[in-house]
Amino acid sequence: MTTTKKQLHRIDLIFKNEQDCKEILRNALARSNQEVINEMVNSGLKGRGGAGFPTGLKWKLTAEQKVDEKFVICNADEGEPGTFKDREILTRVPHKVLSGMAVCAKIIGARKGYIYLRGEYKFLVPNLKKELRRFHDILDELGLDFRVEIFMGSGAYICGEESALFESMEGKRGEPRNKPPFPTEIGYMDKPTVINNVETLAHSYTILKYGAKKFRELGVKDSRGSKVFSVSGDTPIPGIYELELGMSVQDFVDDFGDGDTKAVQVGGASGFLVPRKRFGKTSIGYQGKLTGISLPTGGSMMIFNSSRSMYNVLNNYLDFFEEESCGQCTPCRVGCQQLLKGIKAVKRGEKPASYLDQLLKLTDTMKLTAKCGLGQSVANSFSSIVENFREEMIY
Amino acid sequence: MDFQEKLVHDLVAKHGTDRENLLPILQGVIDQERYLSEEAILKIAKEMSIPAADVYGTATFYSFLDTDPRGKYVIRVCKTITCAMKGKNQIIQAIENFLKIKVGETTIDKKFTILQTNCLGWCHKAPAMLVNDDVYTELTPESVVDILREYREEN
Amino acid sequence: MVNLTINGIAVSVEEGQTILEAAEKLHIKIPTLCYHKDLCVAGNCRVCVVEQVGNNKLVASCAMPVSEGMEINTNTLKVRNCRKHIIELLLTEHNEECTKCYRNGHCELQELAAEYQITNQDFIDLVPDKNYTVDRISPAIEKDDSKCIRCQRCVRTCAEIQSVGAIAVAHKGSEMKISTVFDRALDEVVCTNCGQCIVHCPTGALTEKSYVEKVWDAIADPETHVVVQTAPAVRIGLGEELGFEPGTRVTGKMVSALRRLGFDSVLDTDFTADLTIMEEGTELLTRLKRALVEDDPDVALPMATSCSPGWVKYIEHKYPEYLPNLSTCKSPQQMFGALAKTYYAKNVKVDPQNIISVSIMPCTAKKYEANRPEMKDSGYKDVDFVLTTRELAVMIRQAGIEFEKLNDESFDSIMGTGSGAAVIFGATGGVMEAALRTAYEIVTGREVPFENLEILPVRGLEGVKEASIKIEGTVDDWKFLEGVELKCAITNGLENAHQLMDNIKKGESFYHFIEIMACPGGCLGGGGQPYPVDDEVRMKRMQAIYNEDSDLPIRKSHENPEIVQIYKEFLEEPLSHKSHKLLHTTYVKREQY
Repeated sequence: MTTTKKQLHRIDLIFKNEQDCKEILRNALARSNQEVINEMVNSGLKGRGGAGFPTGLKWKLTAEQKVDEKFVICNADEGEPGTFKDREILTRVPHKVLSGMAVCAKIIGARKGYIYLRGEYKFLVPNLKKELRRFHDILDELGLDFRVEIFMGSGAYICGEESALFESMEGKRGEPRNKPPFPTEIGYMDKPTVINNVETLAHSYTILKYGAKKFRELGVKDSRGSKVFSVSGDTPIPGIYELELGMSVQDFVDDFGDGDTKAVQVGGASGFLVPRKRFGKTSIGYQGKLTGISLPTGGSMMIFNSSRSMYNVLNNYLDFFEEESCGQCTPCRVGCQQLLKGIKAVKRGEKPASYLDQLLKLTDTMKLTAKCGLGQSVANSFSSIVENFREEMIY
Repeated sequence: MDFQEKLVHDLVAKHGTDRENLLPILQGVIDQERYLSEEAILKIAKEMSIPAADVYGTATFYSFLDTDPRGKYVIRVCKTITCAMKGKNQIIQAIENFLKIKVGETTIDKKFTILQTNCLGWCHKAPAMLVNDDVYTELTPESVVDILREYREEN
Repeated sequence: MVNLTINGIAVSVEEGQTILEAAEKLHIKIPTLCYHKDLCVAGNCRVCVVEQVGNNKLVASCAMPVSEGMEINTNTLKVRNCRKHIIELLLTEHNEECTKCYRNGHCELQELAAEYQITNQDFIDLVPDKNYTVDRISPAIEKDDSKCIRCQRCVRTCAEIQSVGAIAVAHKGSEMKISTVFDRALDEVVCTNCGQCIVHCPTGALTEKSYVEKVWDAIADPETHVVVQTAPAVRIGLGEELGFEPGTRVTGKMVSALRRLGFDSVLDTDFTADLTIMEEGTELLTRLKRALVEDDPDVALPMATSCSPGWVKYIEHKYPEYLPNLSTCKSPQQMFGALAKTYYAKNVKVDPQNIISVSIMPCTAKKYEANRPEMKDSGYKDVDFVLTTRELAVMIRQAGIEFEKLNDESFDSIMGTGSGAAVIFGATGGVMEAALRTAYEIVTGREVPFENLEILPVRGLEGVKEASIKIEGTVDDWKFLEGVELKCAITNGLENAHQLMDNIKKGESFYHFIEIMACPGGCLGGGGQPYPVDDEVRMKRMQAIYNEDSDLPIRKSHENPEIVQIYKEFLEEPLSHKSHKLLHTTYVKREQY
């Protein structure tokens, strides 16, 4: 008996080989700022890095700042475990990203833009530089005073956090700042800054070309449009896939799993682990009124089959966070160390199984009090793994 | 001026003395010397008028701005979950056996250093590693030795 | 104005203020660790988190600006549970050896833990697996990373207030720590030993190197004659350690306590402060003569004071090209030390070999100064041990002395008399004022034209102060100064010294004489003084210093009879050969960064 594998609808918007960015730019730059902002807001596009802030609103708020110097920054510090989509986007369609940056620059009144590129992607630079030369020529032709420069990172996951990224670009340690104030008001060099994920900027190109309506046709309710997913782990077809938002994890597993899927990590180490029993009840999207639980995500989907130990998985994540935490705030710096040592102690029998409940309470504190998203998100994978695979933590 | 002094001086001349230029300057020294020695840090501090402790504190924040001596080729094997699942331990073992050093160490001829690093963004082609700025994916214990042999024989 | 409620109570504050400041207005205390009035906001310890209605995360009250209609709750179950966790987490990283720790009973972490009754330690002790650095090499400051809570108050102090930057935050994650460049010893970097890091540190991570045991040993040794000198700022700071309000003058009790501790002679650094004025005043006038009469192009002006060893080390590192501008005078402490084992020894007929000279200072840099290799002009180590105001309090407590019940006593002689000009050395602007009181009179034959000799323009906490005094009606010997407007500048805190020196370097400002104190407020706010400290405390101490001055019978250095005596009997005159040998010194160029 065969079962037809139900395949999720593959979208082809981001990676479509469209070489018309000069035309798209010309049209977009000719429209009024208000018109473009409305288009972006109506599209419902939310940040594709994982935080999910409405892009149109971000551009609008920054445009409203009455400050002479502003910046547009493309956050290419992709570092979330299991995420590799931004690398692909920058390799295959960088002109779309740059176009998004240019239109944003015109809207907000920025003359300078940066791509903060993680150090691990340095091999992308020669091609990006070539692309930038072409792009600057186009901008000259169109009469837009905007220049983009590449700023290289040097191996720090936390620099993907927007305020840490600014600190890094300012020549300092990538330590997240106190918020408020927010980047739209005080960003890079204390100036109003729009900082967008690579994919978000690429989607802006799509919206400007095809219109907000077409973008809205995809996805559901509060999670409009398509999203690029990075799929890896126990799957016969690892890779990049542009899919609609709003699918259930079950549908996803049916398409990408190897037939023996035990759990799916949605959103990387800072995301949630969805166990098999919850596949049907969980959908992928932004926080909103969807059925079951919806999960914010940068699009990292890691698939684990029954041969994988969830203890090893959690251990790996906690090791990652303990190292990559900037270390400034108590709940994250010490909390990560306690969680890692804690699960090891329970496994070795040095601490009773009930200690896991103490650790869960600790993650509550981390979620409430950590200074930035890193410390706040450790609770996500910790609680979802420990609650759903408690046995594997102990035996 | 010795070589390092000239290197730092030229980098500062190229990028500027403002604080925002510190990272590219540190990266520039790494490109040439593979790590930031005490002398290099002090020279940068002097040229940019930044306290040496501050330059050191900034450099040590970033995993790729090593302040420990490194070999000519710094191997960074990814240890995050997907690469771990796909056999990074076997890869490391193969490298350790080939180079006769352990993770964290540098070969006596100062040619290779083995380190582990976090997610390189090649999870669909795990396991992966960097050798300096170049990435190698879908590694096997055999292929990784072939890759390193080529580096070793390179003049 | 912004209106908000805290714990249901309405309050109005200025826009831009934080929840913490609003709570203060309502006398609601929110605990903090990384917050300090002197420093920029960090927001990293997360102890001050509070609940904001409508926000699903807790917010840091030190960093969160108020907004209209905000509703804050500072004492909910959620807040208390989180706060307990945070304190527990800090304790797991912390070397809990309270009974052995210098800060026992006076530690902000300990206080917080006690307040929240942290009785059960559920979490795992992280200390055994850590490789914490403990640096006890410097003669002045000890750094024990095992007690550090990473609040970064020391780093911000060293960078913002002192612009030295000897320490910074290094590494990240679980390895994150406060470090010098390449984790070198403090003694091997640009640390000026000012100790401001110590007075801002909430725990025992940064302390002074203690010589209390060594001093007890010396006192107990029947062979030794132990003399002690006390700095001006000690007599107005010591009370704070022993239960008095900031700014209480305890001079008489201090002398009494020192006698009871067993010192053979209780003398006063004020004496050599007066001596410094004589020597330095003469030096200044000599330089002015060289500049204005002899047209000497090599004369270094402005002349800068040299009594602050934190400032001296700072200029040695950062502005070595200006070393010729430093007065060659030693600090009062070191002048005293050199005289203790020569002039004093002869006077009391004690073999200098058996004299142990101890000083009580509001300062940690003085510990370094006493150990400078050149400070042996007496033929022996001029100052053997330096104790901070805090260490003196330790000795007083150990001796079981009920300090507040003591009667006032007076200093011994022959180096125990000080003028009002000497005691004001403890406040920023004091050296300048003291010097002017004497120099002006020497040059014009008249007192400085200020009521009660209080030269107000040089007083106060302002970072950089300027004053100029027109010299008119000179006596014959000083005719060359007729009509000269003597330009002076005074700074306190090394960041302000940095500003001043940069201005001078750029040629933007010209002065004849500058007074620089390393510590905010001058010595009264020194690294050896009681903590916690803020501008309010500094102002109170300052008032006490000036009150000491106006109550003293002698207000000018040159009228101090012991000063007249030492020149007559021993030194001959300022800048004499003997003065040069014992009371003047040289400086050394050091690594800039």
